[in-house]
Amino acid sequence: MSKSNFTRRGLLKTSAAAGAGLALPTYLSAASHSGYTNAPSGSTVTLGFNVPQTGPYAEEGLDELRAQELAVEHLNGEGDGGMLNTFSSKALKGNGILGKKVTFVTGDTQTKSDAARASAKSMIEKDGAIMINGGSSSGVAVAVQGLCQDAGVIFMAGLTHSNDTTGKDKKANGFRHFFNGYMSAAALAPVLKNAYGSERRAYHLTADYTWGWTQQESIAAATEAIGWETVNNVLTPLASTDFSSYIAPVLNSGADVLVLNHYGGNMVNSLSNAIEFDLLSKQVNGKNFEIVVPLYSELMAAGAGDNVKGVIGSMNWNWQLQDEGSKAFTKSFGEKYGRPPSNSAHTCYVQTLLYADACERAGTFNPCGVVEALEDFDFDGMGNGPTTYRGADHQCFKDVLVMKGKENPTNQYDTLEIVEVTPRAQVEYAPDHPMFAGGDLGKCNPGA
Amino acid sequence: MDAIILQILNGLDKGSAYALIALGLTLIFGTLGVVNFAHGAIFMLGAFCAVTLSKIFSISYQTVDETQTDFLGNPLKVDTPYVEYWFGPEMGAALIDWSVPLAILFSIPVMIAVGVIMERGLIKHFYRRPHADQILVTFGLAIVLQEVIKYYFGANPIPTPAPDMFRGSYDFSPLLGFDPNSVIYPVWRLIYFAFSALIIGAVFAFLQFTTFGMVVRAGMADRETVGLLGINIDKRFTIMFGIAAAVAGLAGVMYAPINAPNYHMGMDFLVLSFVVVVVGGMGSLPGAVAAGFLLGILESFASTTWATTTIPGINQIIIYLVAIIILLTRPRGLMGKKGVMEE
Repeated sequence: MSKSNFTRRGLLKTSAAAGAGLALPTYLSAASHSGYTNAPSGSTVTLGFNVPQTGPYAEEGLDELRAQELAVEHLNGEGDGGMLNTFSSKALKGNGILGKKVTFVTGDTQTKSDAARASAKSMIEKDGAIMINGGSSSGVAVAVQGLCQDAGVIFMAGLTHSNDTTGKDKKANGFRHFFNGYMSAAALAPVLKNAYGSERRAYHLTADYTWGWTQQESIAAATEAIGWETVNNVLTPLASTDFSSYIAPVLNSGADVLVLNHYGGNMVNSLSNAIEFDLLSKQVNGKNFEIVVPLYSELMAAGAGDNVKGVIGSMNWNWQLQDEGSKAFTKSFGEKYGRPPSNSAHTCYVQTLLYADACERAGTFNPCGVVEALEDFDFDGMGNGPTTYRGADHQCFKDVLVMKGKENPTNQYDTLEIVEVTPRAQVEYAPDHPMFAGGDLGKCNPGA
Repeated sequence: MDAIILQILNGLDKGSAYALIALGLTLIFGTLGVVNFAHGAIFMLGAFCAVTLSKIFSISYQTVDETQTDFLGNPLKVDTPYVEYWFGPEMGAALIDWSVPLAILFSIPVMIAVGVIMERGLIKHFYRRPHADQILVTFGLAIVLQEVIKYYFGANPIPTPAPDMFRGSYDFSPLLGFDPNSVIYPVWRLIYFAFSALIIGAVFAFLQFTTFGMVVRAGMADRETVGLLGINIDKRFTIMFGIAAAVAGLAGVMYAPINAPNYHMGMDFLVLSFVVVVVGGMGSLPGAVAAGFLLGILESFASTTWATTTIPGINQIIIYLVAIIILLTRPRGLMGKKGVMEE
């Protein structure tokens, strides 16, 4: 006769241990919630703001954070309401999202993909963030977008300009309000042709990661289409601080235009180095040498100081726009922080409101409901005219700005002037355009 | 030909920074036998001496100008630096404009003090410990210094321009018989090179022609014998640590206008400077200087259009490639003494 050690106490212990063990792998997918990751159960809902607070894009990240804090204030009915007053959708009432007060947690991406994924993961797992918003650097955006897709939360990509974010790396849970390299090139090419002619030889310096590659590909294709020749393209590491050894060869390359596919601190340094070498005072091939910065920001312009004078580039949005939405946001941000908002601040602010609005319209925080509410959503009053979130790739389509460094600024914020507001139709493309081909949007993942 | 001259100038400029940092590293290794991984942080502290003086000169009071409006349409708040109030607008503006050159004077006592405190307070306790321990403690110190700077000055680079009269470029073309504008080079980078040469010359002259230097050199060759002669060699070596810190600090001050100082700039230079020291030969002062300029010039040539298109990425690996080749063929480095780091 065999003797069993099976007891009632033992059964209880084993059951408890097995239950805990089974629950662990589903922690991220939130099986204990109502069918989706981090479903809010109390009176608050937590958003995760993941921005670079250190590294070459830190200045942009800190401005994004300011804007996101302001968006939370407005969602909770505090402050002057900002763009809630001009947004064409009237679903948001200033009482949080779906009646829950909005709180937020922040993370530092350090402008590094690994660090960004780690901070996003921590905000989702430990802080219960239901969506992640922000980031500067497309490498970071692509990495975090993949994580959010797997975790079952919505990712509202902040400052990411690579074609890949809504191209080959697009994901159903990810959305991008910001424009992209293709749109910059499409907006810039006609302006460059008017300003500098159609017979130019361009030398590209390009940040060596997804954004730089697709930005360079786009601007080279667009400028070659207007008759320019691409003389050379040199990839520079993101960690570069002194670009003099890259600038010196430009002088003897036969190029008469330098295209700086750099952003943030990198652009400030490379542009400053180019000015140090007096490129703009040179004459090559019988023409004045010119510098083009395809992607501009006010913060970069401020960092580069006088060096941006006369330099042409593109932007997603600028505080000098005179539509009601832009004026409302600039006033709200300016009164709170004593400075005008950057275009990265604008995009993160708008995305926070767009996410909240989608939840309200969907009547749920479930990511699949939010995805459905955002896909092919038309809106206005957010600063760039009538805008659409295209369902096929989750890319926003709206007007694009072409900017120029102001020759005679009147104050420290008066660094750039709007040269042209390029109509949305001029920068649109098909979802299967070769520069965006490959990848699969897939299906939304609620995480459960 | 003009392209070659340009790349040589560029290499000399980069090499100046490598050589100055490597010189300080070698001084410390040669005198105290310490492998100082905090030396890059000292270079960074020098750059922040320039930032600090610039910020001190820029401390302002605010007035409201009713005749102008800000971006919100409110009366414009105008910042006026106190130095302009105290010394008059012209003198005040000149002080702010010249804050980097003036920081040279400010930084020398500060950096010597930092070096002496660092050596007496921490590093002296590790003299008899293995090099691995020295590397760990000095690397830790570098991280601490870096974080302190980040805490007080923030994570972002702080533009610290050179005086107006030194901005822009100088056209060498007429001097060399080339077409105008074919060989132009930034004025401040030329000043940086000249300044580096001056500092290197001063350090060599100090060691070669002063009694103090002679004793230090004797101490580097045979510390015990010099000590037995009744000379307090430890005190002299501590002073040499301070001088090495000042050399790196001055390199940092003068580098501030070239690239806006940030808290991790020391780390960016540290690894390359160690490669320079190893290639030059551990403990060899002329070796450190020669290798600094050699690797700077090689790096510059590897960035030419021809080089980057022929071998993509060569500009990023050239220094390490050359270091491997030199160390495989001459393990003690270009001018290293036999036995150093070989035990």
